[in-house]
Parts: sequence; structure tokens; C-alpha cells
Amino acid sequence: MSHFFADTFSMNLIQDLRDMWQYAFMRNAFIAGTIVAIVAGAVGYFVVLRRSSFAAHSLSHAGFAGAAGAVWLGLNPLVGLLAFTSAGGLLMAALGRKAAARDVQIGTVLAFMLGLGVLFISLYKGYATEAYSLLFGEILGVSRGDVVVTALIGALLLVVLAVVYRPLVFASLDEDVAEAKGVPVGLLSACFMLMVAVATAIAVQVVGVLLIFALMVTPPAIAERLSRRPAQALSLSVLVALLVTWFGLFISYYVPYPVSFFITTSVFGLYLLTRGIAFVRK
Amino acid sequence: MAEVSAHPVISADQLAARYRGHEVWRGASFTIGAGEFVGILGPNGAGKTTLFRLLLGLLAPADGSLEVLGGSPSSARPRIGYVPQRRPIDAEMTVEALELVRLGLRGNVFGLALNGAAERKQAMAALKQVDAEHLAHRPLGVLSGGELQRIFLAQALVGKPNLLLLDEPLANLDIRREVDLVQLINGVVRQQEVTALLIAHDLNPLLPVLDRVIYIARGRVATGTPEKVITSKTLSELYDAPIEVLRDSRGRVAVLGAEEASHPHA
Repeated sequence: MSHFFADTFSMNLIQDLRDMWQYAFMRNAFIAGTIVAIVAGAVGYFVVLRRSSFAAHSLSHAGFAGAAGAVWLGLNPLVGLLAFTSAGGLLMAALGRKAAARDVQIGTVLAFMLGLGVLFISLYKGYATEAYSLLFGEILGVSRGDVVVTALIGALLLVVLAVVYRPLVFASLDEDVAEAKGVPVGLLSACFMLMVAVATAIAVQVVGVLLIFALMVTPPAIAERLSRRPAQALSLSVLVALLVTWFGLFISYYVPYPVSFFITTSVFGLYLLTRGIAFVRK
Repeated sequence: MAEVSAHPVISADQLAARYRGHEVWRGASFTIGAGEFVGILGPNGAGKTTLFRLLLGLLAPADGSLEVLGGSPSSARPRIGYVPQRRPIDAEMTVEALELVRLGLRGNVFGLALNGAAERKQAMAALKQVDAEHLAHRPLGVLSGGELQRIFLAQALVGKPNLLLLDEPLANLDIRREVDLVQLINGVVRQQEVTALLIAHDLNPLLPVLDRVIYIARGRVATGTPEKVITSKTLSELYDAPIEVLRDSRGRVAVLGAEEASHPHA
């Protein structure tokens, strides 16, 4: 096949995928998207369970400042993302232990980080597209090297999540009793913020800073309505994140609009659907 | 009243508590045996929850000694069932009650849970014990205050503890549910030889079942049977102010002057 981009639906899913996977950038996008969806769906379940989506939101903005700084210095944006989200996450964990009392502290850090991001973007004399892709994601621009780094980080994150899973569920649902039973709730909270930070850093490649919720909050919010058991809900959250990511990538191959638009729209559609079904059932 | 056995569940000697640099109370000496039902009473801010924090090993004694289940408080933790004072649960919380109860078993253990079915079965048995099987699959967010207290109690009981610490379990319940819950707890204490310490504001629903009272006020601690502690003489000494204990014909008690005496400069 000699054409580029001009493929059309063949109504044969296997054939369509085979067509698009001829291109390295599509293969990289699918692999990176799959890893990010699994990690964001899993870590995101705890973001929703702990009602700390504002913290996740803030971390993505810290990531924006870090990535903008890295771009300005000529480094890989992922380095800046990881450095700033991790530092931001640890800072938030240190500021206050009880999640409910953190809004003001988090908001304060958020504003400061966005200000830094603005400075770095203005210092950077290159193209505005760099800033655009940080804000809204540029998964079709993910390189082979990015894929490898994303896979390593993603695997590490999932291992850590498996290890802390039970005490984290306990501390998220019932912090006082967990503490009395010997769960190191303060340490676990810092560990969790760090996990959100790293998940955010790799997810920014796919959906960008501003749309991070599409993978970290909406899928678990849907899953939470479909299952009352944490393990099941977490799996469903991963499944939803995967489906919408694949759907977005697939559609964007044929329709020339941003991938992140298709991801956010399809996940929002699913969210409305589950709420609608719940409403009708009542 | 239950006999104090050779191996006390709790023994405190000249125990003192300090929280954030301030002394809360001192001079607490008491021994509590297996199967005793103990009420912890006193005005707001007297340091009742602080006593629980000491017993759980979350706070170190400022002075004196404290042994729980024959060892240090933190070593006793796995054998303690704890129901902390609660704030309301988010109404949007969709996790089912059974999963919360299950966390009382091995929720503190790192690594994935590989024996889920067995744990859920044990959690169901604990729910049955508190007459709350029908709530097992209901989302936590939709449960009422009384229903939640039963779920929390089941979570505390599921690990078959030797000691139960219940912080204000009767708060926000109407009188009928207060009496129901007290009877339920008393049943568990009597049938399973569990020692229970219960913090309460109103002692009337508890008076018929308590073996002993720990009364904390004005930085001091008085312990003994309810008949001995809840008297005008003992409470006046404790508060260092005139306190009047009145009993009506049905045995109900009213403590007069305690709230004012607990905040003498307010």
C-alpha cells in the first residue's frame, strides 16, 4: 500500500488495525497508549476512592511547569515532568496528612507551578506546538525511546501498586482504623502521591496536562458506579481507560482531529451513559 | 461483676497522658480483666479518646506504665478491635459494606489478597453476628448512622479480638437504637469473653450493663463500679467542685454541675 493517512474503514477490524500498524508512529502510539491507560486506570481508581482528584489535577499542572522547563533547557520533557510531579506530590503529602484538609495547600502549590510553567514557555524561543502538545497531548509523536521508558515506568508502578494495594484500600476507606491496625498511613499517603505523580507524568504524553482527568478520573468514576468491590472496580476502570484510548487512536487514524479529543469525548459519553442507566433504574 | 483474672487485659499504673505538649490527665491506676464491660465517661475534651490512643500504642505514656494483653500496647494491636469516633461517610461512596468489614481481617497486610472468598465468608459471619447480613452488599454511602455503627462493629469483631475499643458508638443514634446497640455489644462481651471499653456521653443506656466505669475529668481519673464512681462524693472530689448525682425511681442517673465544673473559667 502506497497511500499515507488516506486509509478508509474496511469494516474489517483486523484488516484496519493491520493497515494502521504498518506505521511505526501508530504502533508506538498504541503501545504507549495501552500502558498509560492501564496505569492511569489503576492509579486513578485510588484517586477517586480517596476523593483526591484535585491533588491529581494539581500534579498535572506541576508537570506542565516541569515539562516546559525541560523543553526550554533542551531536555526530554518526560524528565521535567517526572521531576516536577514527584516533587509536587511529595510536597503535598508533607503539607498535610488528612486529604480533606488539603484543598488550600494544594491550590497554593498549583498556582505557583502554573506561574513557573508560563515563565518557562515564554523563555522558550521555539515553536508554540511544544506547549500545545504538553497541554493537550501528542500521542502520535511518541518515539520508540519514549515507549521503552513508559513501559519500564509503567511496569514499576504496577508492581508497587500490587504491593501496597490492600493497606492502600484500607487507608483510603478507613484511615483511622487502618492506623490503629498498624498501617503506616502517613508513609502510604506520600507513596500514593508519588504514584499519582509518576502516572501523571507518563499520561501527559497521551492526553496532555489539561485532559489528564479523561484517563485518571472519569474511567474510575464510571467503574465506581458499576461495581461495589474495590478489586472489580479497579479492573473495570483499567478496562474503560483502555477501551477509550484504543477507540480514540483508531478513530483519529481516519478522522483528522486530535486523539485526545476522541478519548475525552468517548469517556465522557460512557460516563453519561452509566449515570443515565443508574437514573433510569432508580 | 466479672472477676479480675490472673492475667489482666489492661493494667495501668500511675499512667499520665500528654498530647501536643499539654498534660491531659495523670494518676490513672486500674486493672481490667477478661470479659469486663467498661464505660469511659467524662466531659468533652477530658481526654477519653486520648486514653484509647495510649491503649493502641499511637501515643506513648507521659508517665507511669501501661500493659495491654500482657505486653506493650503496639504489640497488642492485632488483638484489638477498634471503632473510632466517626464523621459521616461520603454519600457517593459506592463500596459495599462487606468489603469494609473484610479489611478488619488482613487489610493491613502488604501484597495482593489471594484468599478473597474465605475473607468475604468470614466478613459475612461477622455481619451476621451484629444482625447486619442484609446490609452486606449495600453501598456504604447510603447507610444510616445506626447501620454504619453495626458495620464498624462487625469490622472490629471480624478478627476475633480480645479487646474492643469503641469511641462514642452511641453518638447520633436515637434512644431506641442506642439501647439496641448497647444490648448487641453486651451480648458479644458476655458470649465471647471479649473485654470492651466504650466511650459515651450519656451513661443511662449503659448503666444496666457496665461492670466498671473510668471517669475522666479535670485532668484526673477515677475508676470503680458505677455505684461507687457515679456518686456526688466521688465526682465532687474528681471535679473539685460541688457535683450532684440524682437517681430517679427507675435507676436513671442525672449528673448536675459537671459541665460547668469541667470548664471553670469558661
